[in-house]
Order: sequence, then structure tokens, then C-alpha cells
Amino acid sequence: MGALPLGDPAPTDGALPASASIGSAERPFSFYLHVPFCRVRCGYCDFNTYTATELRGAKQVDYADEAIAEVAFSRRVLDAAGVAPRPVDTVFFGGGTPTLLPANDLARMLHAVRDTHGFTPNAEITTEANPDSVDEEYLQTLKDAGFTRVSFGMQSAVPETLATLDRSHTPERVPLVVEWAKKVGLQVSVDLIYGSPGETLEQWQTSVDAALSYGPDHISAYSLIVEPGTKMHRQIRSGELVEPDEDLQADMYEYADQALAAAGFSWYEVSNWSVSPETRSRHNLAYWRGADWWGIGPGAHSHVGGVRWWNVKHPAAYAQRMAEGISPGLGREVLDDETREMERILLESRTAEGIAIAGLEPEARREIPRLIADGLIEGPAALRGRLQLTLRGRLLADAVVRALVG
Amino acid sequence: MSPQAVKALEPASTPSEFIRNFCIIAHIDHGKSTLADRMLGITGIVANRDMRAQYLDRMDIERERGITIKSQAVRMPWSDDAGQSYALNMIDTPGHVDFSYEVSRSLAACEGAILLVDAAQGIEAQTLANLYLAMENDLTIIPVLNKIDLPAADPDKYALELANLIGGKPEDVLRVSGKTGMGVEELLDRVIRDIPAPVGNVDAAPRAMIFDSVYDAYRGVVTYVRMVDGTLKPRERLQMMSTGTTHDLLEIGVSSPEPVPSKGLSVGEVGYLITGVKDVRLSKVGDTITHAQKPATEALPGYTDPKPMVFSGLYPIDGSDYPILREALDKLKLSDAALNYEPETSVALGFGFRCGFLGLLHLEIITERLEREFGLDLIATAPSVIYEVTTEDKKVVTVTNPSEFPTGKINSVSEPMVRVAILAPKDYVGTIMELCQSRRGSLLGMDYLGEDRVELRYNMPLAEIVFDFFDHLKSRTQGYASLDYEPSGEQEADLVKVDILLQGEAVDAFSAIVHRDNAYAYGVLMTERLSKLIPRQQFEVPIQAAIGARIIARESIRAIRKDVLAKCYGGDISRKRKLLEKQKEGKKRMKMVGRVEVPQEAFIAALSGETETGKGKK
Repeated sequence: MGALPLGDPAPTDGALPASASIGSAERPFSFYLHVPFCRVRCGYCDFNTYTATELRGAKQVDYADEAIAEVAFSRRVLDAAGVAPRPVDTVFFGGGTPTLLPANDLARMLHAVRDTHGFTPNAEITTEANPDSVDEEYLQTLKDAGFTRVSFGMQSAVPETLATLDRSHTPERVPLVVEWAKKVGLQVSVDLIYGSPGETLEQWQTSVDAALSYGPDHISAYSLIVEPGTKMHRQIRSGELVEPDEDLQADMYEYADQALAAAGFSWYEVSNWSVSPETRSRHNLAYWRGADWWGIGPGAHSHVGGVRWWNVKHPAAYAQRMAEGISPGLGREVLDDETREMERILLESRTAEGIAIAGLEPEARREIPRLIADGLIEGPAALRGRLQLTLRGRLLADAVVRALVG
Repeated sequence: MSPQAVKALEPASTPSEFIRNFCIIAHIDHGKSTLADRMLGITGIVANRDMRAQYLDRMDIERERGITIKSQAVRMPWSDDAGQSYALNMIDTPGHVDFSYEVSRSLAACEGAILLVDAAQGIEAQTLANLYLAMENDLTIIPVLNKIDLPAADPDKYALELANLIGGKPEDVLRVSGKTGMGVEELLDRVIRDIPAPVGNVDAAPRAMIFDSVYDAYRGVVTYVRMVDGTLKPRERLQMMSTGTTHDLLEIGVSSPEPVPSKGLSVGEVGYLITGVKDVRLSKVGDTITHAQKPATEALPGYTDPKPMVFSGLYPIDGSDYPILREALDKLKLSDAALNYEPETSVALGFGFRCGFLGLLHLEIITERLEREFGLDLIATAPSVIYEVTTEDKKVVTVTNPSEFPTGKINSVSEPMVRVAILAPKDYVGTIMELCQSRRGSLLGMDYLGEDRVELRYNMPLAEIVFDFFDHLKSRTQGYASLDYEPSGEQEADLVKVDILLQGEAVDAFSAIVHRDNAYAYGVLMTERLSKLIPRQQFEVPIQAAIGARIIARESIRAIRKDVLAKCYGGDISRKRKLLEKQKEGKKRMKMVGRVEVPQEAFIAALSGETETGKGKK
């Protein structure tokens, strides 16, 4: 995540422009709850998270109540802007490490969302979890509170790679927690990272095969990105770690796609695979389909009807704003039609469903034959009117987007 | 010791026996301008308070580089021991070989020359070349060692060297310091005593030789002349003998050193004239000026049109600066008859001009003036020379740009040759010979100038020295070697055009005409360089060097396989979109060669040899 984007200052009352409400009744509504705490900071991570020593007076024990205050605030802001009241379709707890908080805190935050906005009948409720920060009882509490899904940060099955990433869990822990989650009735996703410094193709294959052997419903695989300002960035600059090779990462992606397909998984977004359409992450899809979502917590991003805003980053600053009853929003941008269309292409093109070619501008449509010829999009799908990425196209998705919006 | 002349002689009525015309021949930093300044002070024509270093060098660039590009003539009064007043005309000559034609015209305006040599360094190759020209023009040479106040000065050693070169005794070599003024009065006395008075026919039809022509924003073209025969007076109608064009003489006078109008100029005198023309091409160096009504029948000998030797494409880095570049060249042309240019288009570099220069220094000076005086950022293509290509069907094609090289079968190619003289301490002979041989030089001779200094003479293709020869020479000799060259005709050679192809398409800016033996090395150099500079594309990009259809070197840029942001949630979206917007902007600065996107910086770096930029990371 790193630095927050540049935008206009957000109003202190959080008021949304009238444009945000247009068409809102038709858009699904989601919640993201950020939990900005970690026991240790991993070397590659530039997410908005803090270890105990970095909290500068913010208290982990107070956090659930602060977040609940923002949930109540969200209702007031949306109502004031005339945004249609809608039950929430998906909720996602991310971090940081949400499971560093007591399961009851997560439950209270979730219930605040439910009691304030309501849930759709089939609402998808997910939390991220560290394999070593949950046990069967913790998972049972989540299930009882209404959670439907858990996403484990497995990252790798190879001890050396876990060490490079500063992950504290052991590989043996993952099958255990997956088993417990399944036992209590939660859908399970595992997150993997490929292309860590020094990781070989064989090691990656080991991790993919291990993840599949645990029988999850969903797998996300992300290539490691070395972000400026992280410890890993310094380690690479000093030569302590080798820089990840993008060509090797491409090989790794291709292996994952092939192995996952063989195990019955289908990709539905560049970095996401599921065993069935029902086990896709609807929360992820909400991001890519331009749904409305409210992000709770320090540094969280929200999007309602073409207005994007983001909260103050530090938990202490966030706590203070919530205590003073003013909006935690720091900056925002109100997107014009052209920019929204650009975002739509940028996001929807990443999904397996793709984009309706008929909806594209003529200049973008002129690029279609070239994209087919270059093997970046599926020819047969294009003939049926859909722009869908090929395997090669998924690896070069940014180039495809540049061609479409260039 | 002579006093300053009490009464300066009037122009137009000075008998030629009291006129002395001389120039100073010196190497770039041997102190010519300082000595000239000192003479202006001692003869009293520039008051001390008006003195600024290098008074005669008008252009900033001249002052900064410490060299004279445009020559000037200054009239100074001086008297002998008997109290007879004289008019001394000091003609300041360009010191560099690029301007050797202008040097030769300046020399033709003189009867004598001061050979000025740094007493700590000895004579350099260019000075030797100009000394040779002066002696060929039968000029009387006064040898002078300068900077004798320096601790490192070794006047005895170099006095002997000079005496050996021009004949005479070491003790005849004057020792001066332009900086302190020591010995300068004796030098002026020697000018009167040793240099012959000019000889000409007062009653003949006037003939004035133009030895310099300078554009002045306020006065138009100022033409510097040496009267050979007859007299010119204000308001007469003049005729240029090479073109027959006529002009009214608006003003005539002498520089002292500021222009002072006079009643005219007579035999043997040196001065300036103004006709109101705005373009130096109408008043060309070497041309003869005469009366329009009663013209002379024969022009003075030696006039030639300035002939460009080196060509280079100049392109604005920002394409929208093209009109500014055009205007800037038009302006420079007014003061530089040797500069010529025509529009040229390059796939890689856009719109620019193919420019012809007298030599490398001329090229460097022009590009520097364009950048400095007109605020332009320029990229210059590798310098090229003039080739005469004879095709199989006996057609002769003149090629100044590799893109003009005929594509069909070639019978022969001839290239310009130069006679190169290199002066260096004897320890470097081996390494210099090695360098010259690698540049297809053939040794003409070798002479010891003193105990430890050697002159090496080579016949070499001009093309071999226009690129980086001087840099190599300097670095191999720790800066001790000096270089001079002069044209020495043409020679047939086994030359080929090497094209550099990106994905099968030739990139014009990188085509080069090279000797067949060097074609492979050039091909490897450029393909390697480009493979490091061009970012990876979605497809593999072959980079090839080819002679005609034959590929002689090949590199390839592997296709980029991964170009996707793995994560794209929440806050990533704004960042991703902004990155995309930035990339859209960046795309506008890309040049397309076929389907290959090449950042302009890559072309520039490849042409200038900077390869450390590395590959563009997405």
C-alpha cells in the first residue's frame, strides 16, 4: 500500500457530493474493516500496519470501539448524501493481522455493520488470518459470529522462503488450521506469494502442490513486489537478497495456473482461482466491478459512486478523529466519467468474465485484432463480443490495458 | 627602447613604407590574446581602464575557450628610435586548423608573422602547420618565446628548437611575457625593423582582399580588407570580383581597436568597410573588392569557396523546437559563411538539419552557440564526411549522409584523405603509431624536433579522425600530443554502409559508412549498445547490423513476459490508475520504429555512447 495517493482534501464531516448517490440503488454494497496491527513486520510488507512499539499511544484494546464508531458514522454520511440504504453483501477483515484481536472484537465489529446496515441473505463474511494466530476455538467463535470464510496467509510451504519473508509460522501449521476451519464450516482460501528472493521454481512448485493438497476452496497467488521503503528493498540494494526475476515469476505463474487447473480450479481474476463459481470471493469481485464499499480503519480506502477517499494512516491519528467525532477521511478524488471508464477497463479486464467489447470506445475496439494476433486476448471470446485475457495476456495485463486506454 | 608614437599616421595618406602588417601565429593557449592585449596597452590605443582580458575576442565563447574564431585587425601607432611614426596592423588569425582557409587569407594580408611559442611547452602541431603556411606565403618570421615568467619555462631549450625549425640563431629568439609586459616593446621595435613594408601600385585600379567578414547586429556585415593596389574612399561604388555584385561603400576605416571611420584606405593598409549588406555570403573571405566603375581586370589569387568537410545531423531534443533551430541557423549563417545546412528528417530523431562544417571544432562551436545563444537542447548524429560513390552503371553519387548511400551494386567509393601531423614527447611514439595504424593511417615520416619531441606525419582518411580520434590521442598520451591535419585529396577504399535494424527496420540515425574491416566492430558495438538501452517489449526484438541484405551482427531483446500488477484492491486502484495515466503521457515521448517503442533517450544515449542508463524498468 505504501504512501496514500494524492487527492483533494476530504471534508471533515465526510460529506459526499450528490453525484455519489446516482444509481446507488443498483450497486452492491460492501464493507472492508482494516485491522492495523501485527506482531512483527514482515520484510516485504508495506501495508498500513503497526507493531506494538510503533503505536504511539494508540491502543489495540480500544480499536474495535473506534472502528464501530466509524460504522455508525458511515450510516450518517450515506444517508445525508441520499445514497440508497442497502444491505451489505460482503464484509472483509484485512490487515495487518485481524486475528491479533480477540475473536470477540471481530465479532462485535461485524455485528455493528450488520446492525447498522443489515446483511443480504447470503452475505459473504471473510477474515484474513495468520496460520499461527488462530486455533480451532478462535475459528469456531468466528463461525458462530457469522463469518463464512477465512483467508490464510500461507505464502509458502518452504521454510527458507518463509524465513526470507519474515513469516513466523511453520509450514506444518497450515494444514492444521485449514482442517480446523473446514471442520467448523468456514470456506477456506490460502494466499501464496511467488518470486521471493532466492525462491526456485521447484520450491514454488512444492508450495503450490502443498496448498492444493490441503483442499482449500480458493487460492490467491501474488508475485512478490519489492516496495520502496521496505526492509526487503534495503536488503536487495545492499546485496543481502537477490532481486526477484520477472521472467522466473512468469514461469511460476504459468506453473500455478497449470497445476491449479489440473486440480479443478479456475481463474476468475489475474491472481485468484476458485474450485467453483460459488467459492469466488464476491468481495474481491466487488472491487473489480466498481461496487460501493466503505473501508473502516486507519488508511482504509472507500469507494461510493465514483468518489474514492482514504482515511488518515496512523492508528493514533485515527483514534483521535473518532474520539472527536470528525471524519477520519484525509483525502479523496471525485472521478469524472472518463476516469471512471478508464478504471472500469483497468479493473474488469483483469477478470475472467472480461469486458463487453461493444461497450468500448472505437479507438479501443480498433486494438482488438492486434491483441488477438499477439495472443493477449482470447480470439473466440472476442468473436462472441467479450474481451478476455489469455494466459499470456494475464501476465501482460497492464500492457493490454495500456493498449485499450492509450 | 622606443617611446610611444607621438602622432599617429592618418589612414589613406600613410606612405606604405611606414606600414607594417603582421599576424601572430600561436597555439591555442600559448598566450596570443594576452600578448595582443598587452600591445594595445603599450601602444596606448586602449586605456588601462578599458582593458579587459582578450580584448579582441568578441564572442563570449571565444573568451571562455580562450581561442579566436573570427580574426580582427587592429591599427596601432609605434615609432622607431629616430622618431619616425609607423602604423602597425596586427591581424589576429584563427588558430585552429578547421579555419585554415581563413588563416591562409589572414596570412596573405601580412608581410610578417610573430611566431609565438609557450616557453614551457614548445611548439605544437597546429602552430607548425600555420608556420608552414606563413613561410609558404614568404612572410618574415619573428620567433618569440612567451610566458618566460613561468617557473616551468625552459627558454633555452625551446629557443634552440625554434632556431632549428626556422633557421637562425637561438639568441635571435625574443623572450617576452604578455602577462608582465616584459620584452613587448622590443618586440614592436623588431616588427618595424624586420618586417618588410607592403608593396603595391598606388595608381592602379583598387584591389582589396577580404580576409574576414563579420556580421554585426547593428551595422550589418563588417568586412576586413587589406588594400593591395590603389585606394578606396567613402561613397564609392564597389564590386565583388567573384560574383560581380555591386554595393555602395557606406563607411571605411580602421580598427583601433574600436572602429574609426577614415577618408579611405590606401596601398598596403588594413581596415574595415561597411556596405550595408546583411549577409556575410555577399562579402566572402578571399574575394577581391574593386571599383564598380573602373574595375581591376584581375582578381587577387587564392579565392575559394569555403568547403564543408564534416557533416552532422542536428536535431532538437524537443521536436517543437524545430522552428527555433531553423531561425537560429539562419542567424548564425549571417556571420558564418562556412556553415551550411538543409532540412533533414530522421525516423529516430524527427525533424532536423543536415549541417556541413569546416571541421570538428567548427561543429562543436556551432552546436555550442546554438545551445547557448538560442537555448536549444540538441542531439548531433555521428559526424560524417563526403564520399564519392561510383555505382555499377558508372553514376557518381556524392554522399554526405549514410542514407544517401546507393543501394545497388557499387563499383568504387572514394573518401577524403588528410595529412595528419602529430607532435608528442618521444615516449608516446609507439602508442600513437598503434592508434594511427588502427585508423587506417599510413606513415609518411617522423622527425625529431628537439631531443625528446617528435613529429609524426600520417596520411589518413578524414572519416577516421572525425569521430573520437582526438579523444583517444589525448588519453593515450596523457594530453601531451597535439594534432593538426590538412586535406590531402581522395582515395578509393573498401567502404560499406552498415545499417542497424530494429525488428528488421533500419534506424536511419545509426547507419554508418565504414571500412569493411571495421564493419563488424561497428555492428557489434551498436547492436550491443542498443540492446542495453531499449526496454523490453511484449515481443522479442532482434537488433541487427547489416551490410545490404547481409547480417553481420545480431543481438536480441527478450520479450517481456510479465507486466501486471499482482494485487489490485481498495487503495491500489487509485495508484494503478495514476500510474497508467503517467504511462500514457510517457508513451507520447516514445518513438516508434515499426512496432518497437523506443524512448528518445535511448537514441540519444546510443549516439553519444552512454550505455550506463540500463534498461527501462516498468
